[in-house]
Amino acid sequence: MAKVLVVTSGKGGVGKTTSTAALGGALAQGGEKVCVIDFDVGLRNLDLVMGAERRVVFDLINVVQGDAKLSQALIRDKRLENLSLLPASQTRDKDALTEEGVARVLADLRDKFDWIVCDSPAGIERGATLAMRHADVAVVVTNPEVSSVRDSDRIIGLLDSKTEKAEKGERVEKHLLLTRYDQGRAERGEMLKKEDVLEILSIPLLGIIPESEEVLRASNVGTPVTLNNPNSAPGRAYFDAARRLKGETVEMMIPSDKKGLLGKLFGRRAA
Amino acid sequence: MNLMSFFNRRTSAPVARERLQILLAHERGIVGGKSDLLAQLREEILAVVGRHLSVERDNVQVKMNRGADLSTLEIEVELPGPDGVRI
Repeated sequence: MAKVLVVTSGKGGVGKTTSTAALGGALAQGGEKVCVIDFDVGLRNLDLVMGAERRVVFDLINVVQGDAKLSQALIRDKRLENLSLLPASQTRDKDALTEEGVARVLADLRDKFDWIVCDSPAGIERGATLAMRHADVAVVVTNPEVSSVRDSDRIIGLLDSKTEKAEKGERVEKHLLLTRYDQGRAERGEMLKKEDVLEILSIPLLGIIPESEEVLRASNVGTPVTLNNPNSAPGRAYFDAARRLKGETVEMMIPSDKKGLLGKLFGRRAA
Repeated sequence: MNLMSFFNRRTSAPVARERLQILLAHERGIVGGKSDLLAQLREEILAVVGRHLSVERDNVQVKMNRGADLSTLEIEVELPGPDGVRI
Protein backbone atom coordinates (compact mmCIF):
# COMPACT_ATOMS: atom_id res chain seq x y z
CA MET A 1 0.00 0.00 0.00
CA ALA A 2 1.53 3.25 -1.14
CA LYS A 3 2.11 6.38 0.87
CA VAL A 4 0.66 9.48 -0.73
CA LEU A 5 3.00 12.44 -0.40
CA VAL A 6 2.14 15.99 -1.44
CA VAL A 7 4.85 18.49 -2.29
CA THR A 8 3.34 21.88 -1.57
CA SER A 9 4.30 25.46 -0.65
CA GLY A 10 1.66 28.08 -1.30
CA LYS A 11 4.17 30.35 -3.01
CA GLY A 12 5.25 29.69 -6.58
CA GLY A 13 8.81 29.30 -7.76
CA VAL A 14 10.24 27.90 -4.54
CA GLY A 15 11.09 24.47 -5.99
CA LYS A 16 8.03 22.22 -5.74
CA THR A 17 8.45 20.66 -9.18
CA THR A 18 12.23 20.37 -8.83
CA SER A 19 11.73 18.72 -5.43
CA THR A 20 9.01 16.38 -6.69
CA ALA A 21 11.30 15.17 -9.48
CA ALA A 22 14.33 14.91 -7.20
CA LEU A 23 12.56 13.15 -4.30
CA GLY A 24 10.68 10.88 -6.69
CA GLY A 25 13.97 10.10 -8.44
CA ALA A 26 15.86 9.51 -5.19
CA LEU A 27 13.16 7.17 -3.84
CA ALA A 28 13.12 5.23 -7.13
CA GLN A 29 16.92 5.08 -7.21
CA GLY A 30 16.68 3.52 -3.75
CA GLY A 31 14.53 0.74 -5.21
CA GLU A 32 11.04 2.02 -4.30
CA LYS A 33 8.21 1.93 -6.84
CA VAL A 34 7.32 5.59 -7.37
CA CYS A 35 4.64 7.49 -9.28
CA VAL A 36 4.90 11.27 -9.54
CA ILE A 37 1.70 13.15 -10.42
CA ASP A 38 1.44 16.68 -11.76
CA PHE A 39 -1.61 18.48 -10.30
CA ASP A 40 -0.85 21.79 -12.01
CA VAL A 41 -3.61 21.65 -14.63
CA GLY A 42 -3.03 24.20 -17.39
CA LEU A 43 0.56 24.90 -16.34
CA ARG A 44 2.10 21.47 -16.29
CA ASN A 45 5.86 21.32 -15.99
CA LEU A 46 6.75 18.12 -14.20
CA ASP A 47 6.86 16.35 -17.60
CA LEU A 48 9.42 18.89 -18.83
CA VAL A 49 11.59 18.73 -15.70
CA MET A 50 11.54 14.91 -15.92
CA GLY A 51 12.36 14.93 -19.64
CA ALA A 52 9.10 13.25 -20.71
CA GLU A 53 7.40 16.19 -22.44
CA ARG A 54 7.33 14.51 -25.84
CA ARG A 55 5.88 11.28 -24.52
CA VAL A 56 2.65 12.69 -23.07
CA VAL A 57 -0.41 11.17 -24.74
CA PHE A 58 -3.05 11.00 -22.01
CA ASP A 59 -3.15 12.88 -18.74
CA LEU A 60 -4.66 12.94 -15.25
CA ILE A 61 -7.91 14.52 -16.42
CA ASN A 62 -8.37 11.93 -19.18
CA VAL A 63 -8.08 9.25 -16.51
CA VAL A 64 -10.34 11.05 -14.03
CA GLN A 65 -13.02 11.42 -16.72
CA GLY A 66 -12.68 7.86 -17.93
CA ASP A 67 -11.36 8.77 -21.40
CA ALA A 68 -8.17 6.80 -20.84
CA LYS A 69 -7.01 3.96 -18.67
CA LEU A 70 -4.46 4.64 -15.96
CA SER A 71 -2.01 2.33 -17.70
CA GLN A 72 -2.34 4.37 -20.90
CA ALA A 73 -1.61 7.67 -19.17
CA LEU A 74 1.31 6.57 -16.99
CA ILE A 75 4.69 7.35 -18.54
CA ARG A 76 7.48 5.07 -17.41
CA ASP A 77 10.81 6.83 -16.95
CA LYS A 78 13.41 5.82 -19.54
CA ARG A 79 16.24 5.74 -17.00
CA LEU A 80 14.47 4.22 -13.99
CA GLU A 81 11.94 1.49 -14.70
CA ASN A 82 10.36 1.81 -11.24
CA LEU A 83 9.59 5.53 -11.72
CA SER A 84 6.40 6.64 -13.50
CA LEU A 85 4.84 10.00 -14.29
CA LEU A 86 1.17 10.91 -14.50
CA PRO A 87 1.14 14.27 -16.29
CA ALA A 88 -1.37 17.09 -15.88
CA SER A 89 -3.49 18.34 -18.74
CA GLN A 90 -2.15 21.42 -20.48
CA THR A 91 -5.34 22.37 -22.27
CA ARG A 92 -8.21 21.50 -19.99
CA ASP A 93 -9.78 23.54 -17.26
CA LYS A 94 -8.75 22.76 -13.70
CA ASP A 95 -12.44 22.38 -12.79
CA ALA A 96 -12.37 19.11 -14.72
CA LEU A 97 -10.63 17.60 -11.69
CA THR A 98 -13.22 16.28 -9.27
CA GLU A 99 -12.56 15.15 -5.75
CA GLU A 100 -14.11 11.72 -6.34
CA GLY A 101 -12.17 11.31 -9.59
CA VAL A 102 -8.86 12.12 -7.92
CA ALA A 103 -9.68 9.79 -5.02
CA ARG A 104 -10.41 6.98 -7.49
CA VAL A 105 -7.14 7.47 -9.41
CA LEU A 106 -5.13 7.60 -6.18
CA ALA A 107 -6.82 4.44 -4.89
CA ASP A 108 -5.81 2.64 -8.11
CA LEU A 109 -2.25 3.91 -7.87
CA ARG A 110 -1.95 2.91 -4.20
CA ASP A 111 -2.06 -0.76 -5.21
CA LYS A 112 0.68 -0.43 -7.80
CA PHE A 113 3.31 1.75 -6.14
CA ASP A 114 5.15 2.33 -2.86
CA TRP A 115 5.11 6.10 -3.14
CA ILE A 116 2.76 8.51 -4.89
CA VAL A 117 4.30 11.97 -5.02
CA CYS A 118 1.83 14.74 -5.86
CA ASP A 119 3.28 17.96 -7.26
CA SER A 120 0.90 20.69 -6.07
CA PRO A 121 0.27 23.87 -8.03
CA ALA A 122 1.08 27.17 -6.30
CA GLY A 123 -1.69 29.01 -4.50
CA ILE A 124 -4.44 27.78 -2.20
CA GLU A 125 -7.14 27.24 -4.82
CA ARG A 126 -8.79 24.05 -6.02
CA GLY A 127 -5.72 22.45 -7.62
CA ALA A 128 -3.65 22.88 -4.47
CA THR A 129 -6.37 21.68 -2.12
CA LEU A 130 -7.04 18.63 -4.32
CA ALA A 131 -3.33 17.77 -4.42
CA MET A 132 -3.15 17.72 -0.60
CA ARG A 133 -6.62 16.30 -0.02
CA HIS A 134 -5.69 12.60 0.22
CA ALA A 135 -2.11 12.97 1.44
CA ASP A 136 -0.57 10.89 4.22
CA VAL A 137 2.61 12.95 4.22
CA ALA A 138 3.27 16.56 3.21
CA VAL A 139 6.56 18.12 2.21
CA VAL A 140 6.31 21.89 2.63
CA VAL A 141 8.89 23.49 0.35
CA THR A 142 10.10 26.81 1.72
CA ASN A 143 12.75 29.33 0.74
CA PRO A 144 14.47 31.28 3.53
CA GLU A 145 12.58 34.39 2.54
CA VAL A 146 9.66 36.23 4.19
CA SER A 147 6.94 35.71 1.57
CA SER A 148 7.70 32.01 1.21
CA VAL A 149 7.65 31.44 4.99
CA ARG A 150 4.36 33.29 5.32
CA ASP A 151 2.74 31.23 2.57
CA SER A 152 4.09 27.99 4.04
CA ASP A 153 2.49 28.90 7.35
CA ARG A 154 -0.82 29.28 5.54
CA ILE A 155 -0.39 25.93 3.80
CA ILE A 156 0.40 24.22 7.12
CA GLY A 157 -2.91 25.59 8.40
CA LEU A 158 -4.72 24.06 5.41
CA LEU A 159 -2.96 20.70 5.88
CA ASP A 160 -4.28 20.71 9.45
CA SER A 161 -7.85 21.53 8.47
CA LYS A 162 -8.76 20.76 4.85
CA THR A 163 -7.28 17.32 4.26
CA GLU A 164 -9.11 14.03 4.50
CA LYS A 165 -6.92 13.00 7.45
CA ALA A 166 -7.58 16.26 9.30
CA GLU A 167 -11.32 15.86 8.84
CA LYS A 168 -11.14 12.36 10.32
CA GLY A 169 -9.31 13.76 13.33
CA GLU A 170 -5.98 12.32 12.19
CA ARG A 171 -2.86 14.24 11.25
CA VAL A 172 -1.04 14.60 7.98
CA GLU A 173 2.65 14.05 8.70
CA LYS A 174 4.28 17.38 7.81
CA HIS A 175 7.93 18.01 6.91
CA LEU A 176 9.81 21.15 6.04
CA LEU A 177 12.12 21.14 3.03
CA LEU A 178 14.22 24.29 3.04
CA THR A 179 15.39 25.01 -0.50
CA ARG A 180 17.76 27.53 -2.11
CA TYR A 181 19.60 27.82 1.18
CA ASP A 182 22.86 29.76 1.26
CA GLN A 183 24.69 28.91 4.45
CA GLY A 184 27.21 31.72 4.05
CA ARG A 185 24.54 34.39 3.72
CA ALA A 186 22.57 32.89 6.62
CA GLU A 187 25.66 33.01 8.82
CA ARG A 188 26.30 36.62 7.85
CA GLY A 189 22.76 37.57 8.86
CA GLU A 190 21.69 38.28 5.30
CA MET A 191 19.24 35.38 5.07
CA LEU A 192 16.87 33.70 7.51
CA LYS A 193 18.65 30.80 9.21
CA LYS A 194 17.26 27.29 9.26
CA GLU A 195 16.66 27.73 13.01
CA ASP A 196 14.60 30.88 12.34
CA VAL A 197 12.38 29.15 9.78
CA LEU A 198 12.00 26.05 11.95
CA GLU A 199 11.05 28.08 15.00
CA ILE A 200 8.48 30.09 13.06
CA LEU A 201 6.86 27.16 11.23
CA SER A 202 7.27 24.56 14.02
CA ILE A 203 7.33 21.46 11.81
CA PRO A 204 10.18 18.93 11.63
CA LEU A 205 12.96 19.44 9.10
CA LEU A 206 13.22 16.96 6.23
CA GLY A 207 16.25 18.49 4.59
CA ILE A 208 18.13 21.57 3.49
CA ILE A 209 18.78 21.93 -0.22
CA PRO A 210 21.61 24.37 -0.85
CA GLU A 211 21.34 26.97 -3.61
CA SER A 212 23.21 25.40 -6.50
CA GLU A 213 23.82 25.71 -10.23
CA GLU A 214 23.23 21.97 -10.47
CA VAL A 215 19.46 22.40 -10.10
CA LEU A 216 19.16 24.50 -13.28
CA ARG A 217 21.65 22.26 -15.07
CA ALA A 218 19.43 19.24 -14.31
CA SER A 219 16.19 20.90 -15.39
CA ASN A 220 17.86 22.15 -18.59
CA VAL A 221 18.39 18.56 -19.65
CA GLY A 222 15.14 17.18 -18.20
CA THR A 223 16.61 14.93 -15.52
CA PRO A 224 15.99 14.90 -11.76
CA VAL A 225 19.07 16.37 -10.08
CA THR A 226 19.52 13.14 -8.09
CA LEU A 227 19.96 11.30 -11.38
CA ASN A 228 21.81 13.95 -13.36
CA ASN A 229 24.47 14.51 -10.73
CA PRO A 230 23.95 12.30 -7.66
CA ASN A 231 27.13 13.59 -6.01
CA SER A 232 26.28 17.27 -6.35
CA ALA A 233 25.32 19.17 -3.20
CA PRO A 234 21.57 19.29 -4.01
CA GLY A 235 21.72 15.68 -5.21
CA ARG A 236 23.13 14.48 -1.89
CA ALA A 237 20.71 16.67 0.06
CA TYR A 238 17.72 15.18 -1.78
CA PHE A 239 19.02 11.62 -1.25
CA ASP A 240 19.27 12.30 2.49
CA ALA A 241 15.75 13.78 2.51
CA ALA A 242 14.39 10.71 0.68
CA ARG A 243 15.99 8.41 3.25
CA ARG A 244 14.40 10.42 6.06
CA LEU A 245 11.03 10.04 4.32
CA LYS A 246 11.52 6.29 4.50
CA GLY A 247 12.02 6.64 8.25
CA GLU A 248 15.80 6.35 8.36
CA THR A 249 17.75 8.54 10.74
CA VAL A 250 20.26 10.57 8.76
CA GLU A 251 22.42 13.29 10.27
CA MET A 252 21.32 16.72 9.06
CA MET A 253 23.98 18.21 6.83
CA ILE A 254 24.08 21.06 4.37
CA PRO A 255 26.14 19.63 1.51
CA SER A 256 28.36 22.02 -0.38
CA ASP A 257 29.57 22.23 -3.98
CA LYS A 258 32.34 24.59 -2.96
CA LYS A 259 35.49 24.02 -4.93
CA GLY A 260 39.07 24.86 -4.09
CA LEU A 261 40.99 27.48 -6.02
CA LEU A 262 42.10 25.03 -8.70
CA GLY A 263 38.56 23.74 -9.04
CA LYS A 264 37.31 27.27 -9.49
CA LEU A 265 39.88 27.96 -12.18
CA PHE A 266 39.57 24.74 -14.12
CA GLY A 267 36.44 23.04 -12.87
CA ARG A 268 33.83 24.77 -15.04
CA ARG A 269 31.72 22.22 -16.80
CA ALA A 270 30.36 22.68 -20.26
CA ALA A 271 26.93 21.18 -19.65
CA MET B 1 29.39 55.17 5.27
CA ASN B 2 31.02 54.68 8.65
CA LEU B 3 32.22 51.45 10.13
CA MET B 4 29.00 50.75 12.05
CA SER B 5 26.75 51.13 9.06
CA PHE B 6 29.08 48.85 7.14
CA PHE B 7 28.38 46.08 9.65
CA ASN B 8 24.71 46.86 10.20
CA ARG B 9 23.96 46.91 6.51
CA ARG B 10 24.28 43.15 6.30
CA THR B 11 22.13 41.86 9.11
CA SER B 12 18.68 42.11 7.61
CA ALA B 13 17.70 38.55 8.59
CA PRO B 14 16.77 39.43 12.21
CA VAL B 15 14.41 42.07 10.82
CA ALA B 16 12.82 39.45 8.54
CA ARG B 17 12.45 37.07 11.46
CA GLU B 18 10.82 39.64 13.71
CA ARG B 19 8.44 40.91 11.01
CA LEU B 20 7.36 37.34 10.27
CA GLN B 21 6.77 36.49 13.91
CA ILE B 22 4.54 39.51 14.42
CA LEU B 23 2.65 39.00 11.16
CA LEU B 24 2.07 35.27 11.60
CA ALA B 25 0.94 35.60 15.21
CA HIS B 26 -1.67 37.97 13.85
CA GLU B 27 -2.65 35.90 10.78
CA ARG B 28 -2.91 32.60 12.62
CA GLY B 29 -5.61 34.18 14.76
CA ILE B 30 -7.62 35.31 11.77
CA VAL B 31 -7.23 32.25 9.56
CA GLY B 32 -7.78 29.88 12.46
CA GLY B 33 -11.18 31.52 12.98
CA LYS B 34 -10.32 32.50 16.55
CA SER B 35 -10.70 36.02 17.84
CA ASP B 36 -7.65 38.10 17.29
CA LEU B 37 -6.17 37.58 20.71
CA LEU B 38 -3.04 39.61 20.24
CA ALA B 39 -4.83 42.67 18.87
CA GLN B 40 -7.29 42.51 21.74
CA LEU B 41 -4.50 42.18 24.30
CA ARG B 42 -2.73 45.13 22.77
CA GLU B 43 -5.80 47.34 22.95
CA GLU B 44 -6.44 46.47 26.58
CA ILE B 45 -2.82 46.97 27.59
CA LEU B 46 -2.88 50.34 25.82
CA ALA B 47 -5.99 51.31 27.75
CA VAL B 48 -4.61 50.25 31.14
CA VAL B 49 -1.18 51.80 30.70
CA GLY B 50 -2.75 54.85 29.08
CA ARG B 51 -4.64 55.63 32.29
CA HIS B 52 -1.36 56.34 34.05
CA LEU B 53 1.18 57.14 31.37
CA SER B 54 0.94 58.62 27.93
CA VAL B 55 2.07 56.03 25.44
CA GLU B 56 2.03 56.11 21.68
CA ARG B 57 -0.09 53.43 20.05
CA ASP B 58 2.89 52.23 18.00
CA ASN B 59 5.02 51.82 21.10
CA VAL B 60 3.05 48.88 22.46
CA GLN B 61 4.13 45.57 20.97
CA VAL B 62 2.59 42.22 21.84
CA LYS B 63 4.26 39.10 20.48
CA MET B 64 3.53 35.47 20.93
CA ASN B 65 5.99 32.70 20.15
CA ARG B 66 4.54 29.26 19.86
CA GLY B 67 6.84 26.31 20.23
CA ALA B 68 6.25 22.61 20.62
CA ASP B 69 7.06 22.61 24.35
CA LEU B 70 6.93 26.23 25.38
CA SER B 71 5.02 29.29 24.25
CA THR B 72 5.87 32.79 25.39
CA LEU B 73 3.98 36.06 25.44
CA GLU B 74 6.18 39.11 25.15
CA ILE B 75 4.78 42.56 25.94
CA GLU B 76 6.90 45.59 25.25
CA VAL B 77 5.74 49.08 26.16
CA GLU B 78 8.06 51.86 25.19
CA LEU B 79 7.64 54.92 27.40
CA PRO B 80 8.43 58.48 26.41
CA GLY B 81 11.19 60.47 28.14
CA PRO B 82 10.58 62.19 31.54
CA ASP B 83 8.74 65.12 29.93
CA GLY B 84 6.01 62.95 28.55
CA VAL B 85 5.11 61.28 31.85
CA ARG B 86 2.18 62.82 33.64
CA ILE B 87 1.60 61.75 37.18
